[in-house]
Amino acid sequence: MITGLRRVVKAGFIGFWRNAYVSLASIFVLTIALFVIGATLFLNQLLDVSLSTLQSKVDINVYFVPDAPEEDVLGILNAVEALPEVEEATFTSREEALAEYRERNQDNAISLQALEELDENPLGANIAIQAQETSQYESIASFLEEQRALEQPQVQVIDEINFTRNKESIDTLTTIIAATERASFIIMGILLIAAIMITFNTIRLAIYTSREEISIMRLVGASNMFIRGPFMLQGIMYGFLSGVLALIMFYPMLIWLGPRTEAFFEMNLFDYYIANLGDIFGLLIGIGILLGLVSSTFAVARYLRT
Amino acid sequence: MIYFDNVSKVYNDGRSAALQEVTFQVAPKEFVSIVGHSGAGKTTLLKMIIAEDRPSHGQVFFESLDVNRIPRTKLPNYRRKIGTIFQDFKLLAHKTAYENVSFAMEANGRSDAEIAENVPHALSLVDLDDKAWNFPNELSGGEKQRVAIARAIVNQPDIIIADEPTGNLDPIATYEVVQILRKINDLGTTVIMTTHNKGVIDEIERRVITMDDGRIVRDDSSGKYVL
Repeated sequence: MITGLRRVVKAGFIGFWRNAYVSLASIFVLTIALFVIGATLFLNQLLDVSLSTLQSKVDINVYFVPDAPEEDVLGILNAVEALPEVEEATFTSREEALAEYRERNQDNAISLQALEELDENPLGANIAIQAQETSQYESIASFLEEQRALEQPQVQVIDEINFTRNKESIDTLTTIIAATERASFIIMGILLIAAIMITFNTIRLAIYTSREEISIMRLVGASNMFIRGPFMLQGIMYGFLSGVLALIMFYPMLIWLGPRTEAFFEMNLFDYYIANLGDIFGLLIGIGILLGLVSSTFAVARYLRT
Repeated sequence: MIYFDNVSKVYNDGRSAALQEVTFQVAPKEFVSIVGHSGAGKTTLLKMIIAEDRPSHGQVFFESLDVNRIPRTKLPNYRRKIGTIFQDFKLLAHKTAYENVSFAMEANGRSDAEIAENVPHALSLVDLDDKAWNFPNELSGGEKQRVAIARAIVNQPDIIIADEPTGNLDPIATYEVVQILRKINDLGTTVIMTTHNKGVIDEIERRVITMDDGRIVRDDSSGKYVL
């Protein structure tokens, strides 16, 4: 048993080496397949992160009139925070709003001058509300509209709810997000299937060149496992080496791409690659070994049937 | 040792028959030559002994074993009892002469010590000690066939099946191969060989079975090539 295993392993290594061209071709194709799979993974990660970044940028702002009574404002804040749909409600007081305005316009002399002309702070307090899900903004907005409707016309508290103003862009964004996710899912699926089929066929062709050898081994009285073993081992070796190669190929590409993704998607892919190196390595090699092993096992099985 | 009981082989189209009602017996330590034109059924007959082909009717026995009742998983075991030699040598192209011979022993589950002892012995029996580390494409036809013979005998099989072993060889290589087969037979191994080389038959002077159109037409105990 041990001797048999040792012989299979040895035959696997020798076969790998003596069929160098065939091995090289298989590794090349498998590397590209794994590269596609890895790229898919990165793209997915990028989409995920950018989608959540986009989603966190969506919010509802409630602006209060400058002379709104403080207890009314805080009452609405508490009511909003109590809503289950609300992820976060950020309160900005009148003074903070003014400070923010000054900072934002520090290079704009005219705006600052206009502010100086006024005796008192023209800005009202506001609340920025983020929902758990994009789809929940509608119900939060209608809750706020109800609050406004309840107010007496003389003592107005809420000046403006900007959801209705943002509604269209929020709706468009939600649709784009959903469509992007669907489209990327389909494209990734097609790429994955293509990569797997190409690998499978390449290894099948590699073993096709050995069909004569397989029939000779059978004539000499080798058992099926003794014939299959070295090919399975070679499949594993293809997978392992291709995984390593694909991982190395990502390195220079991501050094170049990292800063660019950071500028556009607010996520540095290179940092992600380095931080998750172990996981990515394991995943690529795992998929590679599985692909190589399954392909070669199936390919040899063809020639082992009587 | 080998017994064909009324064996016929009809191909799927239902008309052409490779073998028709063939019955014969081979005793241990015999040297049997089977002669006949191409298509007479010689190769089909040998394929049935190694269970590569199945008869449409009749039975093939190896000792008391019905060859066609051997389950597929046990076929490798059965084939190890038989050494096979082919016209086209059927060597493993990516293995050296030594490895081709040792592969047969490895497949047989022999120990490293046995392999280290028997492979050089088999190679020296066919006079190839100095070519042990050459690959098949570096050997002449006669040398390749001698490697195949070494591979066939290295497991000390009960019987050697040789299908046109000299078909691709020049007269000198043919003579060498025949001498080696005779030597193996003298050492006690049964040999069944097909050929259409008249010189080979006359040289061996042993039993000759003549086939024509799937039937045995002659069976001479110390035969000449008659066709």
